[in-house]
Amino acid sequence: MTQMNRLTGGLIDQSKPLNFSFDGTSYKGFAGDTLASALLANGVRLMGRSFKYHRPRGVVTAGSEEPNALVELRSGGRQEPNTRATVAELYDGFEANSQNRWPSLKHDMLAINDRFSNFLTAGFYYKTFMWPKAFWEKIYEPIIRNAAGLGSLTGEGDPDLYDKGFLHCDVLIIGAGPAGLMAALTAGRAGAQVVLADEDFRMGGRLNAETHHLGDMPGAEWAATAVAELASMDNVRLMTRSTVFGAYDHGVYGVLERVADHIATPAAGKPRQILWRVYSKRAILCAGSTERSIAFENNDRPGVMMAGAVRAYANRWAATPDQNIAIFTNNDDGHRTAADLIAKGVNVPAVIDIRPDAPKVVGAELLAGAQVIGSKGRLGLTEVTLRLASGEMRSISCGALAVSGGWNPNVHLTCHQRGRPKWNDALAAFVPGDDLPMGMTVAGAALGDLSTHGALAGGAKAAVAALGDLGMTAGIPILPKADDTPVKLTPFWHVAGKGRAWLDLQNDVTVKDVKLAHQENFVSVEHLKRYTTLGMATDQGKTSNMGALAVMAEMTGKSIPETGTTIFRPPYTPVSMGAMAGRAVGKEFHPTRLTPSHKWAAEQGAEFVEVGNWLRAQWFPRTGEDHWRQSVDREVTQTRNSVGICDVTTLGKIDVQGADAAEFLNKIYANAFAKLPVGKVRYGLMLREDGIAADDGTAARLAEDHFVVTTTTANAVTVYRNMEFARQCLWPDLDVQLISTTEAWAQYAVAGPNARKLLQKVVDAEFDLSNEAFPFMACGEITVCGGTRARLFRISFSGELAYEIAVPTRYGDGLIRALMAAGKEFDVTPYGTEALGVMRIEKGHAAGNELNGTTTALNLGLGRMVSTKKDCIGNVLSKRDGMNTEDALRLVGVRPVDAKDPVPAGSHLMAVTGPVDAGHDQGYVTSAAYSPTLGTAIGLAFVKGGAARMGERLRLANPLEGSEVLVEIVSAHFVDPEGEKLRG
Amino acid sequence: MIINHPLLGPRDAQEFTYLGDATLINRPYWLSENALRDFHDYLHLRDNPAGEHRELWFHEQGDRSWLVVTRNTVTHKISSVELACDVARANGRSTGREEAQVA
Amino acid sequence: MDKLTALTPLGDVTARVDTIGGLEIREVVDQAMASVAARLGQADLTKETTAAKLGLVLPDVGLSSQAAPFTAFWMGPDQWMISAEHDSHELLASEVKLALGPCASVVEQTDGWCRFDITGVAVCDLFERLCNAPLRQMANGAVTRSSVEHVGAFVWRLTEERVAVIAPRSSANSLHHALIAAATSIA
Repeated sequence: MTQMNRLTGGLIDQSKPLNFSFDGTSYKGFAGDTLASALLANGVRLMGRSFKYHRPRGVVTAGSEEPNALVELRSGGRQEPNTRATVAELYDGFEANSQNRWPSLKHDMLAINDRFSNFLTAGFYYKTFMWPKAFWEKIYEPIIRNAAGLGSLTGEGDPDLYDKGFLHCDVLIIGAGPAGLMAALTAGRAGAQVVLADEDFRMGGRLNAETHHLGDMPGAEWAATAVAELASMDNVRLMTRSTVFGAYDHGVYGVLERVADHIATPAAGKPRQILWRVYSKRAILCAGSTERSIAFENNDRPGVMMAGAVRAYANRWAATPDQNIAIFTNNDDGHRTAADLIAKGVNVPAVIDIRPDAPKVVGAELLAGAQVIGSKGRLGLTEVTLRLASGEMRSISCGALAVSGGWNPNVHLTCHQRGRPKWNDALAAFVPGDDLPMGMTVAGAALGDLSTHGALAGGAKAAVAALGDLGMTAGIPILPKADDTPVKLTPFWHVAGKGRAWLDLQNDVTVKDVKLAHQENFVSVEHLKRYTTLGMATDQGKTSNMGALAVMAEMTGKSIPETGTTIFRPPYTPVSMGAMAGRAVGKEFHPTRLTPSHKWAAEQGAEFVEVGNWLRAQWFPRTGEDHWRQSVDREVTQTRNSVGICDVTTLGKIDVQGADAAEFLNKIYANAFAKLPVGKVRYGLMLREDGIAADDGTAARLAEDHFVVTTTTANAVTVYRNMEFARQCLWPDLDVQLISTTEAWAQYAVAGPNARKLLQKVVDAEFDLSNEAFPFMACGEITVCGGTRARLFRISFSGELAYEIAVPTRYGDGLIRALMAAGKEFDVTPYGTEALGVMRIEKGHAAGNELNGTTTALNLGLGRMVSTKKDCIGNVLSKRDGMNTEDALRLVGVRPVDAKDPVPAGSHLMAVTGPVDAGHDQGYVTSAAYSPTLGTAIGLAFVKGGAARMGERLRLANPLEGSEVLVEIVSAHFVDPEGEKLRG
Repeated sequence: MIINHPLLGPRDAQEFTYLGDATLINRPYWLSENALRDFHDYLHLRDNPAGEHRELWFHEQGDRSWLVVTRNTVTHKISSVELACDVARANGRSTGREEAQVA
Repeated sequence: MDKLTALTPLGDVTARVDTIGGLEIREVVDQAMASVAARLGQADLTKETTAAKLGLVLPDVGLSSQAAPFTAFWMGPDQWMISAEHDSHELLASEVKLALGPCASVVEQTDGWCRFDITGVAVCDLFERLCNAPLRQMANGAVTRSSVEHVGAFVWRLTEERVAVIAPRSSANSLHHALIAAATSIA
C-alpha cells in the first residue's frame, strides 16, 4: 500500500522504511514515525471506537495528551492495552490493534449504544442500576464489567524486565523544548549537575513541529545543535523517552524512561523501562502547553484534529490526515497551521475564524466571524457545515478540520503538591500559581510564555536563578533571535447547538452532559468530574478539562477561575504496573535470607517455609514418608527418644555491652537481670508500654558488662528498634552499646536425652559438659572440632535436655554436618519448624500465637515475672485493674476427651451445653498440634480464670465449620511438667 | 520526603521508620503518685496538629539514630531535625536514677 | 573430629567472581571485622587509644580510614567497623578489645556480613540501578549505609572504579542476584 498522505521533508528518515501492521493489515512507515503519523501517512484516519457510544474515532493530537487513538500494542505476554498511537514509536515488525470494537473497527456491534445516547447520559449507571437491588451482583455488574474498559490483557505473564534507579542532580529540567534546552545550556555551561528529561524520543519540543527559525537556523536544527552541545558535557544527563510523571516532596521526582518500547523486544537481561527516582536540589518545569479544542456538533469524527497537531504531523512527520484540510480557530495560531499546510502543498479550502476581525494571514479563503456547526462522514470527516458571519449556512468538503481554541500551559506538575494554578485573562488559561512544589520554578509555555523568544529567555533566566539559589553563578547566554509574536485570542469554548458536542473524547462527555450534571445540582467541579467521568482515564482531561470548566462557568454565571479547577495528581501520563514493581517480582519479590544450614538442608530434601524473609526448613521428609505429618511425628519422637538438631540461627541476637548493660536490661525486660551471674542465661519477657506482652527470649551474661539477648525470629527488627529507642530517647546517659549479631553466628539447637552425648563428640575434650560443670541455663565460650571457636548455651525450647551451640557462620555448614555425623550412632534427626512447634506446644511454651498483641504477662501465666521492685517498659500499665481481674484469660492446655478428636486452632471454648455465641465465650485455642508423644491432638488456649479450672470439661466450638469437640482443661505443660528432663 | 539528618545530611525518608509524637521521650516516673494516669496520658493522649509537629523517626536503613523531626503535617515542610538523644537530655532525661531523686 | 570447613556467604568453598561486560563482581571473604562502639562519653578516648595502640585514626561521619593492617569505616554515632585480613587476624575482636580496654565495646562482626567488591568504569551506573546512595558525589573512601535492592548495606567507595558493598550475610544470594541483574542490565 502506498503512503498516499506522505509529504516531503520532515524529521523522519525516508530512506529507512519500516513494516508494521494495524488490525492485521500491513503498512509501511519510516524511521522517526509514530504509529499515528504512519497511519495518517497511509490514509488511515479511523483508529478506535469511543468508550461509551462506540463512535468511530481517529487521532486528535500529536502528543502524550491524546484522548482518542488508543491501541493495543504487541501480542502475547507483551500485549499492552490503551497505548496512545501518538507516542508509540514505529519499529520494523511493529504490531498494533484497535480496541473496544467487535467484530471489527469498521463494523462494531456496540455502536448501537450511540442510538441510545439519550439514555446513556451523565449518571446513567447511578440512575439505572439502582433497582432491583438483588440484580446488582448477579446481572448488572457482570454486564457492565464486560462492556467496560477499552483494551484487553492476554492474562499471560509479562516476560520483560523493569529496572528502578536513583539519580541525584543540582537541577532537573523537565521538558526539552526551547525553554528546557536553553535552561540546560545555561546550567550545563555553568558546571551544574543537570538532568534534562523529555517524554519525546527527539528533544526539541515544538521546535521540531514548527517552521520558525532561531537566528539563522531552522528550529529543529537549532535544537539538534543544542542537544549535541549538551551531550558533550559530562555534567549533563540527557534522558529522552523519559516522562517526569510526578513531583513529590522536597525535590523528589518520578521519571519513567522507556528504554526498549521502541524496539521489538528488549535484549536478554535488559529492561523495557526504568522507573527513576530523581533527587533534585532545584527543578525547572519546561513542560510546554497543550492545545485545546472548540466543541461543536459531531466534532468527534476521525479527521477533526487539533490545529497544532496537524501542523506537527506535516512539519515533523511529513504526514497529513488529508489533502484537503479546513481550519477552525479563535486565535492567530490557527492560521499558522494553514500557512504550513499550504507550504507543504496541502489544500486549505477555508480558514474559519470565529473572530469578526480575524486577520487575513494566508492565501486561503478567510471566513471571519464564522462558526463550524456540524460535520458529516460515517467513518471519517467528509464535510463541515458552517454558519457564516452573515448567518448564512455553507458546507465545505474536507477530510480533516484543524481546530485551535488556544493553548493551555502544562501546569500539572506544579499542582502535585496541592498547588493551585491561577487564571491568566490574556491567554484565557490557567498558569502556574504561587505555591509550587519546593525547589520548582517554571519557564516557557508552561508558564504562559507562548512565544519561542519568551521560552528561550525564560529558560535561561530560570536556570540562572536556580543556580544562584545553590550558590553557583551562570551568565545569561546570548539568545538567538526568535519569534516573539504575542498571543491574540478571543476565548471561545463551544458552538451553541442542540446536537452532541464533545468535550471529553476519551470518556464520551458532551456539553449536554455537563449541563445535565449542573441541572442535577453537581455544581462542584470535583463532583462534576465524578458524575460525568470527565477528565478521567489515560489522558486525565488534558484536552477536555478547560472546555468543561468553561461550560460549567457559563451555567453558573461565574468566571472560570471562580468555578475552580480539578486537582492534578501523579502520574502525568500512565505508568505501567511492571515499572512500579521493578525487579521485585516472583521469587525476587523480597530478598531471601538463607540459614547457615540451608545448603545442607536442601541436599536432605527439606521442605522450606518462609518466615519473614528467612527460608527455614519446615520438615525433612525421609524415603517412604508421603505426608508431612509422618515426617514431623517422626522428628518429634526421635528427638524426644534420642536427639534432634534444629537450625535456630534466625532468632534475633543482639549484643548488649556497657557498664550499665544489666541496668538497661532491667528496663527493657519485665523480669530482673541485674543479679544474673556471669555464665548464666535467663528467660526474659518484654512488654509494650501498655502492658501487653511484646516478645520473649533469653539473655546470656558473658561478662559483667556484656550480654547477648535473643529475640523471636519475627520480632528481631522491632526489638532492636525499641532497644535503640530506650537507649537513645528514654535513658540516654546509661552506658550501653547495642549491635545485632544475628548473622554472625550459626546456631543449632541440639535436643533430646542424648544431646550431651552427641555434643561431647564434637566439643573439644577440655570442656566439661557434665550437669555439674555446665548445668541448665549455663552458657560459655568453648571450641569444637579441634579449635573452632563456639558459644554454648544450655537452654531448651523443646523441654528436653538441650543445648544451643553457635559457631562463626562460615562454619555453620561444617558444624551441621559434623553434628549429624557424630549423632549417627544415636539415630539423630534434623527437625524443622513444624516439629519445633509441636514440641513447644507439648511443653507449653508461648510463641507468636500466644504473644498475639492482646495478651498480658498475667494471661500468659507469667504475671509473677513482672517485677514490682524496678521500673521497666510496660510495668505501670500492666497493673491496670481491667487487666488483672480474677477471671482474666489464662494460658492452659486443652486435650480432647475422645483422643481421636481433633483440636482445631482458633476454636472458641463454650460450656458443655448451652448457646454458642460471643456472650458465652470462655476463651479460645491459640495453638494446636497432634502430639505424637501423647498420641492425641492437643492445644494451648486462653481460658477465663483458667488456672482454677483444671480438669473441667468445655466444648471447643468452631461455628464456621460446624465442628464441636469436647475437651478437658489441663496444664499447658503436657510433657515433663516438673522440668526434670531439661535439668538432667 | 527528604530528612536532613544532623550527621549525614539529606536522606530519603524511605530509609526511616516513623514512630510518632516526640512527647514519647517524656516517659513518666513509674512511682509517682499518679503513675497510672500519667502513663495513660503519655501513651494515649497526643495532639494531632494540622501544622507543625515534632515527631520521632528512626534511621533504620542508616546510622540507627533516632531523630526528632519538626515537620508541618500539612505542607511536609521540615523546619528542624535533631538527634533524639540530644532532645532527651535537654528534656532532662538521663539514666532513670535521677527520677527517684526528683520524686 | 575433622576441622570444620568454612563456606563463603554464597555457600561455596571458594569466593565467587563474575565478569559482566566491563564489571567484575568479586565476593570478598578474606576480611575479619569487629565493631567498636565508644563507651558513654569516651569517644575521644576511644579515638586516642585506637590511634595510639593500633595506629589507626577512626574516621569522621561517612568516611573510612586506613593504617595497615587495619581499615575502619564509620557506622553510626561513636561507632566504627574495623577490618583486617582474616587469616592473620581471625581474632580481630579480641585483638582490638585488648588494645582498647574498657573505653569501648567491641563485637566480632566477621561472619555477620557478606562483601562484594565491584570494579569497572561503569560502577556508578550499576549502583544507580540499585541504591539511592549518591555514589557519583561520594569521594574515594566515603561510606554510606543504605538499602541495595531492599537489602540494608554499607556502600563504600574504594576508588573511582571500585565500590564495596557490605550486607547481612544471610542475604548474600539475593544481593548477588541483584548485582548480577543490574550488571547485565547496564552491560
